[in-house]
Amino acid sequence: MEKRTDKNSYTVIFAIAMVIIVGALLAFTASALKDRIAENKRIEKQQNILYAMGVNENEGNKANFVSKEKVAESFSKYITNQIVIQDGNETQDENAYLIDIKKEQTSAKDGNPRRLPLFIGEKEGQKFYIAPIRGKGLWDAIWAYVAMDKDMVVLGAYFDHKGETPGLGANIKERFFMDDFVGEHLMSNGSFKGITVSKSNGDPKNEDKKDNEVDAIAGSTITGDGVTAMLRSELQLYVPYFKNLKN
Amino acid sequence: MGLLSKKDSKLILDPLADNNPITIQVLGICSALAITAQLKASIVMTISVLFVMGVGNVVISLIRNIIPSKIRIIVQLTVVAALVIIVDLVLKAFAYELSKELSVFVGLIITNCIIMGRFEAFALANGVWRSFLDGIGNALGYGIILIIVGFFRELLGSGTLLGIQVLGDPIDKTGVYAFGYENNGFMLLSPMALIVVGIIIWVQRSRNKALIEDH
Repeated sequence: MEKRTDKNSYTVIFAIAMVIIVGALLAFTASALKDRIAENKRIEKQQNILYAMGVNENEGNKANFVSKEKVAESFSKYITNQIVIQDGNETQDENAYLIDIKKEQTSAKDGNPRRLPLFIGEKEGQKFYIAPIRGKGLWDAIWAYVAMDKDMVVLGAYFDHKGETPGLGANIKERFFMDDFVGEHLMSNGSFKGITVSKSNGDPKNEDKKDNEVDAIAGSTITGDGVTAMLRSELQLYVPYFKNLKN
Repeated sequence: MGLLSKKDSKLILDPLADNNPITIQVLGICSALAITAQLKASIVMTISVLFVMGVGNVVISLIRNIIPSKIRIIVQLTVVAALVIIVDLVLKAFAYELSKELSVFVGLIITNCIIMGRFEAFALANGVWRSFLDGIGNALGYGIILIIVGFFRELLGSGTLLGIQVLGDPIDKTGVYAFGYENNGFMLLSPMALIVVGIIIWVQRSRNKALIEDH
């Protein structure tokens, strides 16, 4: 005799019931936790920006953000101004750090003028200009917050990724990689050159800060190339602002 | 193993060696290649799989009598995917830092064929308690291989263990590097994971000839 569970009608009903139950469960969890997740992401953005300007709790080789409790206070203390640059015009916007770079990139592709957020911070008399940028790694998105001085010399950087290979490309968020960018020049002889993640710069200790190159990570060529491309194409958009700053 | 009967403890112990999911059943090879460049990633993956396998096997075993056999694979897939997504959401809300560490593993857990393989081969035909033990046993067996491979790949490829430089500094030429030793960058690439797994399979089978399959 045919088993009850082999019947087509049973199969269809089971499938429908399963989809409804699992779907409801997922939808419920997602919407119940939505606000908390959004808040965590907002805090993380502030932590990333502060990290790039050297406000962090690094221990040894480990990159640590300022704690969740202190982040709001530090953010208002160190970030003195937030601006949005669009078509060469600057407007102040205290929520500029919430601008979704991915959306901006997509809408720029459709021909809309790109909105470029820039966060201006001050610590111990030094001014930091921090730009959020986004690009592609090997598997998925990579992004960064790059803190620069008025001459576009990198003062600090925080890199992150969505799904690079653990132990290889994922190492872009390790200090040994991020710290190499500190002091590195983005300009070369007055024109924008970016920073290349190079496998052949022969400078593993990264002592030459004017060569526009940092040492690559073995085994993560494509992630490294993604970092190079991201820095070049995204930070280039800020060059007119920095040129203006000097005049 | 006084708590478990002899049959039950076999469920835990067998996958650790003579019925290891990676070296004998040849399941879960993809993730063994992907994430073993560092010991830490191996350990994190082991813990994640331990959790998903334990809970997943129990869920499948609970509903085994009502799953229509024609769509059982889809049902299994739905269970793992839903489980992993819920865990991911909860971590994002309550342990955000941890969820960032784990984010890359989420996709790898869903596609890990050990999980589907054990659902199909064991949980569909066995009771809840035995399925739970089978899940734990196989996850541990998977983890052991992952950790062995991760250990050698990180040590020989980067000269570090859990991120700590154990062989000296390759740039300042201290420790063993002072004698001309170099890290083998090849160890960081996936093919070397396969070769390390191959060596483990070789050692295991030459110690226990009963494991060699007839052709």
